[in-house]
Amino acid sequence: MNYEAVIGLEVHVQIKTRSKMFTRAPAGYGHDVNTLTDPVVLALPGVLPVMNKAALDAVVKAGLLLGCEIAPVCKWDRKNYFYPDSPKNYQISQYDRPICLGGAVEIELPGPARNIQGEHKRIPLTRIHLEEDVGKLNHGALDSLIDYNRAGTPLMEIVSEPAMHSAEEAFAFLTSLRLAMIYAGISDCDMEKGQLRCDANISVRPAGQTKLGTKVELKNLNSISFVRDGIAHEIRRQIGVVNAGGVIVQETRDYDGLTGTSQSLRSKEMAHDYRYFPDPDLMPVKVDEAWKQRLQATCPELPFDKQRRFLSHYQIPYTITSVLIPDQALSNFFEEAVALAGIQQAQVVGNWIANDLLRELGAAKRALADSLLRPVHVAELVKLIEAGVLLMPAAREVFAEMFASGELPGAIVDRRGLRAVTNEGDLEQWCREALAGNPKSVADFKAGKESALNAFKGPVMKAAKGKANPKLVDETLRRLLAQSN
Amino acid sequence: MSSEPFFRSIGELSAALARGELSSVDLMRSVIARTEAVEPKVRAFNSFDREDALAQARSSDLRRAAGASLGPLDGIPIGMKDVIAVAGQPLTASSRMLANFVSPYDATVVKRLRAAGAICWGRLNLDEFAMGSSTENSAFQATANPYALDCVPGGSSGGSAAAVAAGEAIASLGSDTGGSIRQPAAFCNVVGLKPTYGLVSRYGLIAFASSLDQIGPFARSVEDVAILLGAIAGHDPLDSTSFHTGIPDYRAELDRRKGPWRLGIPKEYFGEGLDPEVAEAVQRAVAHYQKLGCEVKPVSLPHTEYGVGVYYIIATAECSSNLARYDGVRYGHRSKEAKDAVDLYFRSRAEGFGSEVKRRIILGTYVLSSGYYDAFYLRAQKVRTLIRNDFLAAYREVDAILTPTAPTPAFRRGAKADPLAMYLCDVYTIGVNLAGLPAVSVPCGFSQDGRPIGMQLIGQPYGEAELLGIARAYERDHPWAQKRPVL
Amino acid sequence: MSHSIDLNIDHVANLARLALTPEEKAQYATQLTEILSHIAKLKEVNVDGVEPTAHAFPLYNVWAEDVPVAGLPVDLALRNAPAQRDQMFAVPKVVE
Ligand SMILES: [Mg+2]
Ligand SMILES: [Zn+2]
Repeated sequence: MNYEAVIGLEVHVQIKTRSKMFTRAPAGYGHDVNTLTDPVVLALPGVLPVMNKAALDAVVKAGLLLGCEIAPVCKWDRKNYFYPDSPKNYQISQYDRPICLGGAVEIELPGPARNIQGEHKRIPLTRIHLEEDVGKLNHGALDSLIDYNRAGTPLMEIVSEPAMHSAEEAFAFLTSLRLAMIYAGISDCDMEKGQLRCDANISVRPAGQTKLGTKVELKNLNSISFVRDGIAHEIRRQIGVVNAGGVIVQETRDYDGLTGTSQSLRSKEMAHDYRYFPDPDLMPVKVDEAWKQRLQATCPELPFDKQRRFLSHYQIPYTITSVLIPDQALSNFFEEAVALAGIQQAQVVGNWIANDLLRELGAAKRALADSLLRPVHVAELVKLIEAGVLLMPAAREVFAEMFASGELPGAIVDRRGLRAVTNEGDLEQWCREALAGNPKSVADFKAGKESALNAFKGPVMKAAKGKANPKLVDETLRRLLAQSN
Repeated sequence: MSSEPFFRSIGELSAALARGELSSVDLMRSVIARTEAVEPKVRAFNSFDREDALAQARSSDLRRAAGASLGPLDGIPIGMKDVIAVAGQPLTASSRMLANFVSPYDATVVKRLRAAGAICWGRLNLDEFAMGSSTENSAFQATANPYALDCVPGGSSGGSAAAVAAGEAIASLGSDTGGSIRQPAAFCNVVGLKPTYGLVSRYGLIAFASSLDQIGPFARSVEDVAILLGAIAGHDPLDSTSFHTGIPDYRAELDRRKGPWRLGIPKEYFGEGLDPEVAEAVQRAVAHYQKLGCEVKPVSLPHTEYGVGVYYIIATAECSSNLARYDGVRYGHRSKEAKDAVDLYFRSRAEGFGSEVKRRIILGTYVLSSGYYDAFYLRAQKVRTLIRNDFLAAYREVDAILTPTAPTPAFRRGAKADPLAMYLCDVYTIGVNLAGLPAVSVPCGFSQDGRPIGMQLIGQPYGEAELLGIARAYERDHPWAQKRPVL
Repeated sequence: MSHSIDLNIDHVANLARLALTPEEKAQYATQLTEILSHIAKLKEVNVDGVEPTAHAFPLYNVWAEDVPVAGLPVDLALRNAPAQRDQMFAVPKVVE
């Protein structure tokens, strides 16, 4: 029998703020343990929460970006459960009135080949709400140690509809969502740092059946490839169980990406009853039109929209866009360089950036932000090549040199005497001398032996000390040979 | 008036300090000596630090000598209910759970009192986590009523009321969730004010029921309450439920508020269960207001009978969540028996909390649990709206509402073993918290056997200045609070 | 009291993480049943169309700007910890 998988994702995204969600203790990653706390973070007796305006802005912005409806009024609820990483033993979250409803994430599925664009789809969202993160537990052999640095960090929970049907779709969803959040400056979404975390609800059903199967919640999909592998594994597991005549039990499973296996978390099944109720320590939030408009103005173009624009406006190949678009800074770099070089040079500029620049950055282990080579360098380089002033092997050298030093290409060309000969009088004279010096090859060429032309190029280049434009040499030789009939 | 410094008013003391007749250190020594003398009988304090208090007094004297006195509270010892955080001092909530807890931070009210130069003096006993009406639920000791040592001082702020009544503090702070300032004030013959919800910051007050809790002052006169309120009231950016509102000079306003006022008498507060001596004392006070030219009108607060039910749903629901943080992980009592982290919760909480606290956590957990939320919590919040609307409707016709503070004078320790009977003591004070209104308990007489009686004046939202003016108008002619306990 | 109150004390105590003795359970069950039957009075009230009061004086948009303030030094953060190790709060092993 054929089975269809149904997948919904719950994605937690840490919001990049300077202070925590409900107190002004500093937020951050990589600090000494328990140095980012205050009485509120530690839930000492008597403390009260005060919400972070910037975190609210970030969620409204995320909602606008993903086409959600922004609730005119939303409120805070307490989700009550005991766990040592949760200092209050309740999490301040949003239950029945989240800040964002609906919306969608556009995804691209893999194309038939790497250089061919794949199918696009919109995965609908259920909601986005705002809450706070918990601390970190370090499990030892005999005890567990808690660091509350992360506790209270603003956290956005993005819930998709159960509308995906393969691990590839889930992977594409997460990739696209992640990139949108990075573009908008809402989060750095570094999964290694726990800034993006994903749980999946997965069920299978016989193809064609409309009723959903029993769902299993898969936790700890802590890297983007674990998301794909974990979901694929779970789908296979469920189909295996059903095919063997078994029944899927509703449970939570923990995926271990290193071994590629999952384990049931039975001990956590202690019937959850979160006893949600409105947090009496916090007042509701009203989002008016002016607020939305202010944030709308800060929303970036979504990555896929940018890609469509790059394809149509700059007429560059899909493969180049798929290098540029996932890196917002790189795609901006490209646009700046094209603006300086001229739109007809877009593809050439794109090639230099997607190939040479990335290669040099990689070799130097340098981030684009630290690059001495700026868009103006690429634009000037491309213009020098176009003008015939700079020839190809030399251009590569110039690129490496300006990457290393930040010197402008024109200056490098002049300093190193790399300027190609563009004086047509000189060139014509050298060509005439070459033809005169080799009548046999002239005859061969005229007899139809195309390759005979190469015999003249060496002497011309020698006369030009290597700085003649080969294309120009070729043209001049042909013109002179044609004339000598 | 009494010549002993410990029994003088803030007004008298600040004048004496200003004239140099007395130093703050003299005053503090007087209060310490009094405390040491009567504390074995009263047991109002969980702890106090003589040296720390004297050091604060010396600082005040130095400021004064340098001509930089900070106002009427500078150098005056103010006792703190042991649920208000003072940096470096114990903060126990009278619970075994927090027996060893030392606060690393100051509550906002404490910061404000320090800014006014007041001395933070002692940790005052209460019903554990402010849950109770008799201060018998303290894990450490039962405080006695200074006017009747075998009786309770009321609760939960029993220590705060008793200490002020007994001259162990010039004034004090308590907290009121369902009557926890007003009822002990009535039982102990002192003035106690529960401010409008949001007037005084709750930051640094151990939460019992967040939507109901307010910090408020106890003192031996309306004027002293006004002085203290002026120091602690006002918007606090650390409390999201705190209001932006102008803070008048409550003390200066007292004599400007002259009435005559229209006073509402709710019939629901004078029915079954009201002790005849209390009824009579309150009626005499009503008659006095009439003599002053006030118009006294019957009003109706028809949802009063539901108040206790609504209160015990909302308060216990909130407390079940507020007290979840006491788990023995980051601070507080930790069981030595725990096998693992989950077991640690069960045992630490079982050992750390007393029986009333556990009872309320269980009730609150139940009313929030799956399948019961709508029937209990949501319905209680709706009835709360009706209770609030009752008050707002009454205020279209009257300026304030006058009621007994408690149905009876102080009862004997151990007299109310049944929790429901204890809960029903709060019947006259609970509505005020549910509606978020200000209310003050003012002494209005004594029973035949010498137990104090208090009346409650309920004001309009943020109408503390007017409310205290009304209270002062009565007190001026009936200074019951000046009758000292014999200890 | 003849009111039937559906109170599963074991379940509720489990949610509240309270280890109760059999005596406590019996006592609480009786007392809470009495309290709940008093509370049951609320069912008499017609609350159709009544908005719930979460706050007596609701405000909106009470927030702070995102400006960090130095928090607690680690020694103060750990000051009241019942057990600590390596600058962290120690608890008996968390069994997953
Ligand atoms: Mg915890
Ligand atoms: Zn979440």
